[in-house]
Amino acid sequence: MTAVPLLAVKDLSVVFRRRGADLEAVRGVSFALDASEILGLVGESGSGKTVTCRALLKLLPGQNARITGGTVRLEDQDLMPLREAEMRRIRGPKMAMIFQNPSSHLDPVMTIGRQIAEAIVFHERASEKQARSRALELLRQVGIPDAERQLDAYPHQLSGGMRQRAMIAIALSCRPRLLIADEPTTALDVTVQAQILRLLLRLRDETGLAIVLITHDLGVVAQTCDRVAVMYAGRIVEQGSKPTVLTCPLHPYTEGLIQSQPEAAPASERLSSIEGQPPSLADLPSGCAFHPRCRYAQAACRRHPPPLAEVDGHQTACLRWETLAATRRIAEPS
Amino acid sequence: MPTLLQTRGLTVHFRQRSLMDLVTGTRRDVRAVNGIGLELAAGETLGLVGESGCGKSTLGRAILRLVEPTAGKVIFDGVDVTAMDARALLDFRRRAQMIFQDPFASLNPRLTVGETLAEVFRVHGICPNSEIEQRVVGLMAKVGLSQDLMLRRPAALSGGQCQRAGIARALALSPDLVIADEAVSALDVSIQAQVLNLLSDLQRELGLAMIFISHDLGVVRHLCRRIAVMYLGRIVEIGPTEAIFAAPKHPYTQALIAAIPRLDQADGLPQEGLPGEPPSPTRIPAGCPFHPRCTRVFGPCEQDPAPAMRDAEGARVACHLYPAQLEGA
Repeated sequence: MTAVPLLAVKDLSVVFRRRGADLEAVRGVSFALDASEILGLVGESGSGKTVTCRALLKLLPGQNARITGGTVRLEDQDLMPLREAEMRRIRGPKMAMIFQNPSSHLDPVMTIGRQIAEAIVFHERASEKQARSRALELLRQVGIPDAERQLDAYPHQLSGGMRQRAMIAIALSCRPRLLIADEPTTALDVTVQAQILRLLLRLRDETGLAIVLITHDLGVVAQTCDRVAVMYAGRIVEQGSKPTVLTCPLHPYTEGLIQSQPEAAPASERLSSIEGQPPSLADLPSGCAFHPRCRYAQAACRRHPPPLAEVDGHQTACLRWETLAATRRIAEPS
Repeated sequence: MPTLLQTRGLTVHFRQRSLMDLVTGTRRDVRAVNGIGLELAAGETLGLVGESGCGKSTLGRAILRLVEPTAGKVIFDGVDVTAMDARALLDFRRRAQMIFQDPFASLNPRLTVGETLAEVFRVHGICPNSEIEQRVVGLMAKVGLSQDLMLRRPAALSGGQCQRAGIARALALSPDLVIADEAVSALDVSIQAQVLNLLSDLQRELGLAMIFISHDLGVVRHLCRRIAVMYLGRIVEIGPTEAIFAAPKHPYTQALIAAIPRLDQADGLPQEGLPGEPPSPTRIPAGCPFHPRCTRVFGPCEQDPAPAMRDAEGARVACHLYPAQLEGA
């Protein structure tokens, strides 16, 4: 990776102000993404995955959230100094976002065709007619059957899977290089989930789209992502290529997540779960935020926040990663 | 093991009439559950899986008579639940309980955890009032809730803690049957694993019969001995969990299992998946209800009425690919 990456995020921090107190929702997050690459951003609710991605687009809610540090570079353009008017030129043509629940992100009183065309007219100054024919092309591209008729359909007339496809069509309307997909299949049934994931992979292959896929489902990561970043309490605690992270995790939290999957233990045996629950942002533990739940924790973990250690292109924020790796070598001699 | 629960031709249709339907005089029924026959032995675990709208939750509710069946019977321990009067129903519900999906919505927000659990003992008149607190303490310990949470309201609890409270409430009266409707779906992975462990420990310890309703086949596989797959209000395949996962018979079951995202599937998604989405239960296709999405559709699928359940190598399946002649032959 000598060339400039498509997206480079460095030391991004976001603070929420609530009842007079500052809550650090995202704490020094760094990652990079190339064209045609899919990065899985994994973590439990409240770990900061969605806030991180909204911060990239500067779509943080209201007055209470602000970016307190870091840089976001997209195609070597620094987004941090941009004002709202300039950000509107970025959202759509450069990067776009899709969400978990398409029904609440589509306009219920506007046809699908108009919602797609709106962005094209705004950004590309296309005529209504040009925009409409491009909208039709997009609906076909995302696999909506009978696209001509669906152009004039309202969101409520579509099924959940079709609405998600329509939202993807809107996101892709101005040919962005980067798509941020926030739990795009969580609300869908497994068979439909597979269809949508297949669509995302095809769009990546055909157009070189880069995707940040936010998900809590490690199975989805295994099927679709090239790289994985695991978040816990606002930090990336582990990051690396998908096969290494999923088969040789170097952070106890990642290991715990993998072992918590129902398929990790034989039927009717106990799962090796992570004890306790994720910390509240208002009351983060000292040192490593994961230490109260960690089976490898030592006194040092309580004192210092662990630095991100680099091991063969794989990063882990754990003081004890060598022990973790050694335990695995003893447990599974190969 | 003796049969604890049996349903015969259990059917639930909801009437749905919009203003337009009134004007035009059309009737559109939501045919949620269509003639289901199930058997559950005491202490057995059965997983009920299927996509949204397949009727799995309605079936669970109809068994407990939380919705009234349109037709058919539910026999619990030899007695017909559908014919019970209010008094008998109260006794029945002492022995058959439900755990709900949304741990917040299913607890009274104004009651503390302690009050919610105490209410169960009071309503059913299980023990003298003086013993209630002691029972509540014991119950909370059993589901892994620390005693200092007794005075908290649901808003001050995490999702996992609320679900434990919901489980405690269901187990308060030592039921014989628990129906868990998507009981871990709203929880994060690490918390989900904790609650799954709790459920399987309690199930074994107390010899509970359990119907575990879930869209997550991984969860069901982990927890249940037997699985029933539903599609549009019918069971399309039922059998021992391992047999079904090893060799699913019904094309729908095959597609469902193939679509589960698994950790060991590092080579990406399977190429061909099930096309389309489940149709609405107001418009169930004629013939085999699955035929419009089925990849192996042939002659009888469209013409003949919906296939009946038949034996096929250890499982029972409702599909024309498995000839009915095997039945009883």
